[in-house]
Amino acid sequence: MTKTWARYAGQMAAYAAFIALLGYFATAPAYRPVDPEAAMIKLSFIHVGQRKVECRKMSPEEIALLPPNMRLTLDCPRERLPVLVELELDGKLLLRRELVASGLSRDRASSIYHKFVVAPGRHVVSARLRDSARREGFDYTRSTDIELKPRQNFVVDFRAEAGGFSFH
Amino acid sequence: MLKQIHQAGPWLLARIEKLYSAAFTPAWNPFYHLGALTVFFFWVVVVSGIYVFLFFETSVTHAYESVEWLTHTQWYLGGVMRSLHRYASDAAVVTIGVHMLKEFVTGRYRGARWFSWFTGIPLLWMVFPLGITGYWLVWDQLAQYVAIATSELLDVLPIFSDPMARNFLTNESVSDRFFTLMAFLHLIGFPIFLLFGIWLHLLRISRPTVNPPLGLMIGSLAALTVLSLLWPALSQAPADFSQEATGIGFDWFYLLAYPLLDFGSPALMWLVLVGSSTLLCLLPWLPPRRRSPAAVVSLPDCNGCGRCVADCPYNAVSLAPRTDGMAYAEEAVVYAELCTACGICAGACPTATPLRRRSELVPGIDLPGLPIRSLRDWTLAAAVQPGGEPGASVLVYGCASGVNLAALRSSSVAVVELQCIAQLPPAFIDFVISRRHADGVFLLGCRECDCHFRFGVQWMDERLAGKRDPYLRARVPRERVATYWGGLVTETEIAGEINAFRARLHALGPYQPVPATQATDEVAP
Repeated sequence: MTKTWARYAGQMAAYAAFIALLGYFATAPAYRPVDPEAAMIKLSFIHVGQRKVECRKMSPEEIALLPPNMRLTLDCPRERLPVLVELELDGKLLLRRELVASGLSRDRASSIYHKFVVAPGRHVVSARLRDSARREGFDYTRSTDIELKPRQNFVVDFRAEAGGFSFH
Repeated sequence: MLKQIHQAGPWLLARIEKLYSAAFTPAWNPFYHLGALTVFFFWVVVVSGIYVFLFFETSVTHAYESVEWLTHTQWYLGGVMRSLHRYASDAAVVTIGVHMLKEFVTGRYRGARWFSWFTGIPLLWMVFPLGITGYWLVWDQLAQYVAIATSELLDVLPIFSDPMARNFLTNESVSDRFFTLMAFLHLIGFPIFLLFGIWLHLLRISRPTVNPPLGLMIGSLAALTVLSLLWPALSQAPADFSQEATGIGFDWFYLLAYPLLDFGSPALMWLVLVGSSTLLCLLPWLPPRRRSPAAVVSLPDCNGCGRCVADCPYNAVSLAPRTDGMAYAEEAVVYAELCTACGICAGACPTATPLRRRSELVPGIDLPGLPIRSLRDWTLAAAVQPGGEPGASVLVYGCASGVNLAALRSSSVAVVELQCIAQLPPAFIDFVISRRHADGVFLLGCRECDCHFRFGVQWMDERLAGKRDPYLRARVPRERVATYWGGLVTETEIAGEINAFRARLHALGPYQPVPATQATDEVAP
């Protein structure tokens, strides 16, 4: 009888240890992927750069050479220019990157997703983007004063159809 | 290093398992049902998951609320089901981990067993995404972290033209459509692949155990239910992409690798995950080892009875139509690539009897590396023990997976080593006792319910009890046969058992043979 109860006690102990293991490591210890006293700036956008070669109006002879179902008046090479982006924080350059267009023919969008851990407080964020063939300067720029709180996630996005950079 | 692991690991494991056997009995020992327990937890996850899904709203705006309602308003059933869903998933990770560790340290992943090990690795790639997508659906702070981190991980792969992580930039950028995709993967996609994977994992073993004993199922479910009531699974604060999720309650069973992403890089995490998986897949061949030759069939001695087919633990033997013109319908065929060379088939062969009065002992199926003929020669050689204590000599047949058998030898104890205890045809016991090669036979095998070759101990027990062919003949006095299914216990412990057996034999006195008229030694092939 004593042996049976000892067995039951052993089973209870084994089950108790098992559920204690499950219960604890299912939620603990808490994980801190980022410093809770820090803020985050995320720069991310998808944007199609301008064409590397401008569209050209085709002559009637050139159009006539094309199959009837593929006749267009403009010849537009597919390749897109890389997009140059710069992000500045308080006058200090955080990132400058030339984003190559995606796709085998480099005819699709350029994209970026990049995050920066920064100290909370007042900052000046400036973003600049060039998507044309120009050598100097940028096609889009935007700057803002922000007050970042700890853990705040500040997003720098870009949409040309909405006028350029947007800050969230 | 590997050698040390394979020496120390089983020894340590045997001691832990012994404790559990004392509490649960060998039949219910969780360490002997790790794979089946995992499948059981999977079914708990499926049933509880179906219940939770009945109340779940697959949308960004209402997912969190629906889970909260279920957890708090319907805590007595919905809340318990949600907790069972989480804890059974975590329990499955634990049993999978221990299952892998056990198979590794006991060396049960090499040779013909490579297939089960190899097909087990992709299962990990199904189990973990299944759990991770589940956390995604709750749409709390943990879900927020998992969504962003997993997207960043996937974005490293050249499969998406646009960054997937962009979907989680702001609260407005998350779409219901993306959420529906996750729900589909969690509810249908991964579970279907997982079921197929489990089927593949078990393909090459006979009589796979997919259900643990009822008592263990009840006990495990009761334990998980108690945990669910005491410490229910709760959501964290709702997902809010305007703030970074940090200081989150983390399920370390499923998300253990994620810190590599945050404190290393996505590329590092891929390197570790793919690298470790590749290493695990290659483990059965590291380092390459010469396999013991597979069992071979001797057609002139095979009557196609099918006992070897019934007993083979790895489906390595089957019956095929007769090819040699003998008057039997079928013959045994061995698939060498599946054979673990355990010798259980030879032990099951009715022609493998040392009592045959033929010039050469060749059974219908045999192990070239350790043939039955050698077994008889060794038995005869070992049994000659001049100077031993009269009336108490013991012949020990032991399996190679247990203790160092040589250490048991003495003037009254002879030892013959087998690949598996079920390699021993019961006729050998009859042979030893009836021909007075020893006063008793002591069978030493793996722990009950944890045979290195799956069924060796069970088959031998059934043969001795007359429940499985080939039977131990009724004329053999059972008091002269002892079994000890102890596995890797100490030699001292076994020596104590053998000495106790010898004392019983001594009390019995010399063996009195059954009159010749009652005995028929010859067994036709």
